Amino acid sequence: MLKGLLVLLLLQGVGEVISHYSGIPIPGPVIGMILLFTALQLSTHTLPTELGEAAHLMIRWLSLLFVPACVGFFFLTTTSTSQWLAIAGVVVLATLVTIVVTATLMNRLLAKQPELKTEKSS
Amino acid sequence: MLTIITPALLLLLTFVAFSIAFWLYNTNKARPVLCSLLHPLVTAPLLVSAVLLLIHIDYSEYRHANQPLFFLLGTATVALAIPLHQQFHHIRSLAKPLLLTLLFGASFAVISAIAIAWLLGANGETLISVAPKSVTTPIALGIAEKIGGQPGLTAGIVVFTGVIGAIFGPILFRWLGITDDRIKGFVLGICAHGVGTARAFEISGKCGAFASLGLGLTGAITAIILPWIVIYILK
Repeated sequence: MLKGLLVLLLLQGVGEVISHYSGIPIPGPVIGMILLFTALQLSTHTLPTELGEAAHLMIRWLSLLFVPACVGFFFLTTTSTSQWLAIAGVVVLATLVTIVVTATLMNRLLAKQPELKTEKSS
Repeated sequence: MLTIITPALLLLLTFVAFSIAFWLYNTNKARPVLCSLLHPLVTAPLLVSAVLLLIHIDYSEYRHANQPLFFLLGTATVALAIPLHQQFHHIRSLAKPLLLTLLFGASFAVISAIAIAWLLGANGETLISVAPKSVTTPIALGIAEKIGGQPGLTAGIVVFTGVIGAIFGPILFRWLGITDDRIKGFVLGICAHGVGTARAFEISGKCGAFASLGLGLTGAITAIILPWIVIYILK
């Protein structure tokens, strides 16, 4: 577990450094994720247990990590209430419509590939 | 009274609120719709906000005390590489439908937000702030700055989008009759970024892996195409 967390932190750090010095507009952790994913794909070894455990722990409590950012939503002071209500309406409508349309499209696209659809229950 | 509020206590507040929210969520698992509405990402921030207002602490102080969690959010992002790696054989065999869904979904998220805001008579600045709503927060902030939106407003909108998507996504999937975890995950990742991804991992590991993929790709693609859409609309 400890070694796994060390790997995750190391790649987060490497990603931050690359993001900072290269000027690529992608956040450091996303670069770290891409690097780790590439390394795992290229490696011929199976996934180290310690790394799997550390990742499982982080992902299991992902919601908890989002709480402070979500609290910020209630303390927005840059806009007036009326503008904020209009924006909230836009976000709700647009998000619901996008989910329905995107899910329907993907459902159609996957239905065209019946030979692949059978693997869904694995 | 205020002097006894230390950073450790404000960090503890997050954990206590989350524990209560998590318990509330789990005890209502049998009722799917109510359970979605009681997601810890709705109830925990509400509890924290109520306490902060009650004891007169501003958000900046709370945010500062909770900096470790913001940092760990980055670590968790790196960790998404593991489920992505484990599920990659599923993903590779679906490259074409995934790419089509991604291009369409990422563009539709932006265009629908701008169009609805425009129909409701929003001004140019609001249009620009709403546009990057489906992208994960750090990328959205970069985009908003680049195209001239308000970063604070954009951050709020992004979080709100994620929570709305994570709550109503599963309800909409049931309504549409969608049972395939690959679709649920990918759509949650595209439409509701990290918050949607957290929700997808509660459904299944495969669902979470597809959400991670949708989250990463949407962020990258929106960062590339959004500035062009905005230039086109404002000209």
